[in-house]
Amino acid sequence: MALLELEGVEARYGQVRALHGISLAVEEGQVVALLGANGAGKTTTLRAVSGTVRRTGEIRFEGRSIVRGSPEGAARLGIAHVPEGRGTFAELSVWDNLRMGAFVRRNRRAVSADLERILVHFPWIEERRGQQAGTLSGGEQQMLALARALVARPRLLLLDEPSLGLAPLVVREFFGIVRMLNQEEGLTVLVVEQNANIALTVADRAYVLEVGEIAVSGSAEELRRNESVRRSYLGY
Amino acid sequence: MTEFFQQIVSGLASGGVYASLALALVLIHRSTQVINFAQGEMATFATYIAWTLIDRGMSYWPAFVLTLLVAFVGGVAVERVVIRPVERAPVLTVVMVTIGLLVLVNGAMAWLWSPEVKSFPSPFPSRAIDVGGVAISLQDLGILGMTLVTLTLLYLFFRFTKVGLALRAAAVNPESSRLAGVRVSWMLALGWGLAAMLGAVSGMMIAPTSFLEPNMMQVIIIYAFAAAVLGGINSPVGAVVGGLLLGVALNLIGAYAEFLGPELRLPVALAILLAVLLVRPAGLFERAVVKRV
Repeated sequence: MALLELEGVEARYGQVRALHGISLAVEEGQVVALLGANGAGKTTTLRAVSGTVRRTGEIRFEGRSIVRGSPEGAARLGIAHVPEGRGTFAELSVWDNLRMGAFVRRNRRAVSADLERILVHFPWIEERRGQQAGTLSGGEQQMLALARALVARPRLLLLDEPSLGLAPLVVREFFGIVRMLNQEEGLTVLVVEQNANIALTVADRAYVLEVGEIAVSGSAEELRRNESVRRSYLGY
Repeated sequence: MTEFFQQIVSGLASGGVYASLALALVLIHRSTQVINFAQGEMATFATYIAWTLIDRGMSYWPAFVLTLLVAFVGGVAVERVVIRPVERAPVLTVVMVTIGLLVLVNGAMAWLWSPEVKSFPSPFPSRAIDVGGVAISLQDLGILGMTLVTLTLLYLFFRFTKVGLALRAAAVNPESSRLAGVRVSWMLALGWGLAAMLGAVSGMMIAPTSFLEPNMMQVIIIYAFAAAVLGGINSPVGAVVGGLLLGVALNLIGAYAEFLGPELRLPVALAILLAVLLVRPAGLFERAVVKRV
């Protein structure tokens, strides 16, 4: 059984239909990439999973239907969604941002143990814990958003366009951490990316979205070799 | 000089009352961008409840605590019942609803307790103590102390508890808060509850000197509003400092600028406000949100 399954999911913003029946699956321990052009419905797919957009169809998480659930309900089930724009609490301190990640958790001791483990990947956070999070650079905010999501100890991590506006070096570092967490701790990730090159080096599987529908899907290896994917999204 | 200090202390005491009520306004405005015009009437209502409890023979402090609890529950209930249905409406609609609430609560008080003026007990002795040659009334000191205790407790709550953090987070970024698992709509209700509690404290502090009647808070709420805007309508620290400053300024004007007379207290307060806003349009303490992308 897949950790996350979507079957014929439709979503709309007012009158505009953004998803025309998406079906996809994310297996436990996998990194799955959603690729596609602007407006293809990648972000909406993530929003459908976390419940931040109206949707119909069937969405199952750990076998249970969550299509009627709320965003806060999804968070409580262990779905951590790092939205477009990183969802930073700009006016709160860096440390309070991290504390917000742990909001759904009850065991304080386990949280501080996890914090210690997570901060190994982000050593600078400790030194700047009192700083207002809105004053961090874009790259730092993206790292903080990842750290915040990890503190929730998610069963599934949803990343929306993490490379947006970041320097290539920072993008590589970010995906390096994601890959390490996936390999060492079995973190399951569904990531939306414009940067198909980097996404396909980290992902096990990938789906390509075109105008609200899935056009191509397969293992990352297959997609890299697919002629049309190469030409449209990888650029060679 | 001693009189000057006395005026300062007594200004701080009434300023503390403005500060509590201003903070109540700020709490609600931060999370919903709405000014709750009924805040003063809600405070008066809570004071009437305290008066009833004491009138029925309860001693002061148990009545005080019970009133705070009732005010909290009442604040939450008002948000759930009156504000929730218009949650997604434009701000102006919600503001109109709070004005309606003001009229309703005001009428209800006159009906339940009669509009006649009632005296309200003070928990603090009416003596004065001597501090380095300056006679300071224990009444003023008590009110000031009460305000400081309330504000400190509130600060600790917001700073160190999980719910306090969630309240702050929900005010600055509701969308992200929901993704973190926070039930934002309940946070709004909780904010109303806390604001109602603050209002109740200010009502019970001012009632011994102003006497209790349905319109008791109508001038105070204007001072509180001035204090909140003075400090920056979204700044809790600003509301407190604004309230204290305004209290002291009004008291000094009352004492030393006699030609202005008591009728001119309110216009003078608003003139000060206007002057400050001309220099600092966002208020004294409003921090510009720094955002980098």
